[in-house]
Amino acid sequence: MAEDSMTALKASLVSCHSCNLVCRAPLFRGKLGGACPRCGAVLHQRKPNSISRTWALVIAALIFYIPANVLPITLTTSLGKIQSDTIMSGVIYFITTGSWPIALVIFIASIVVPLAKLLILTFLLISLQRKSQWRPHDRTRLYRITEAVGRWSMLDIYVITILVALVKLGALASIEAGPAALYFAAVVVITIFAAMSFDPRLIWDSMEKNHD
Amino acid sequence: MTNSLIACHHCDLLHRVQPLTNSGVAQCMRCGTVLYRRKKDSLNRTLALTIAGLILFVIANAYPFLAMKSEGLVQETTLLAGVKELYAQNMWGLAALVLFTTFLTPFIQISGMLYVLLPLKFNRLPWRLPFIFRFLQNIQPWGMMEVFMLGILVAIVKLAKMASIIPGIALYSFAALILVLAGAMASLDPDIVWDRLGEN
Repeated sequence: MAEDSMTALKASLVSCHSCNLVCRAPLFRGKLGGACPRCGAVLHQRKPNSISRTWALVIAALIFYIPANVLPITLTTSLGKIQSDTIMSGVIYFITTGSWPIALVIFIASIVVPLAKLLILTFLLISLQRKSQWRPHDRTRLYRITEAVGRWSMLDIYVITILVALVKLGALASIEAGPAALYFAAVVVITIFAAMSFDPRLIWDSMEKNHD
Repeated sequence: MTNSLIACHHCDLLHRVQPLTNSGVAQCMRCGTVLYRRKKDSLNRTLALTIAGLILFVIANAYPFLAMKSEGLVQETTLLAGVKELYAQNMWGLAALVLFTTFLTPFIQISGMLYVLLPLKFNRLPWRLPFIFRFLQNIQPWGMMEVFMLGILVAIVKLAKMASIIPGIALYSFAALILVLAGAMASLDPDIVWDRLGEN
């Protein structure tokens, strides 16, 4: 299949990210670029500096992932006693009180998804830099999954927002957001940007170069 | 410039655009990514769902979505009250993120779609259409109301052991808003906007 795969890049055409118009772009700073003639978006043949940008964001998110899991994410005051919970202790609380489906949902959204996203992006980046020929379909699919599931990690942030607003019973009970909430939100936002800056077309570019 | 070609967003393979039969999907021959779908009566359906969305959005934010009753004390909350409380706890970064993803983005999406689609319906081009429509496309991944909805459910389970939780009218309109907006996005064919630009 790879022999007759004509891409926009090979045909010296650029596909607009925004309106999908395939056009013959003018030369702009040595590369095909400039503005889309139909919708005015900036044209790129590939996302600019995709590999290094994605690496930077993945590393930043990995760093924030540590305080997000170690520091308390909520501080519950109940009858004068303050109890601090991390993400994991919140999951364990749900298991011990018997609501394991909720425990599973939070565990997947807050721990599995961010970590899996970072590992998948790292794997994809390394495979690109080694010009890997391994299963391009599956790597593209991995990317598509990574892009789609990232938003669900926001779950814990929203739960905290609701708890904070609702549990304000004065001395009886109140809940405050802990410092980990900010780090965790940073992890989620940064990994979403990381997935956006990754360009899956590079997977297919390295497939082609070996067939020429 | 070639309107008859489309390049796959995920692998850059060029395809010739072919008309689709009823409710068909065009996929990339090489990597399987969806290239485009056929959408029936896109402009009218999207417009109708967006107007419904606007009404639901107002209800969802004007009324409390949950109330908690515990030993005579009743505490109600709206979405914006949660944001305000985070801000009061000096978590302004979190407050801004929640405000942006669950309130501002849906609001911009709904009003932006009306701004783009209403004039198109009456065969006019809205002012700065390409810029606004591009902005709407870029902001779309940041609307996270469906995740917020799941957050509400988790919070209900968590608090059900402490106090009795009463769901409010805003909760139901929130749920309906998510479905309506998802429907609006699914029935929108961006080409009805971009093709109109190409004509002028």
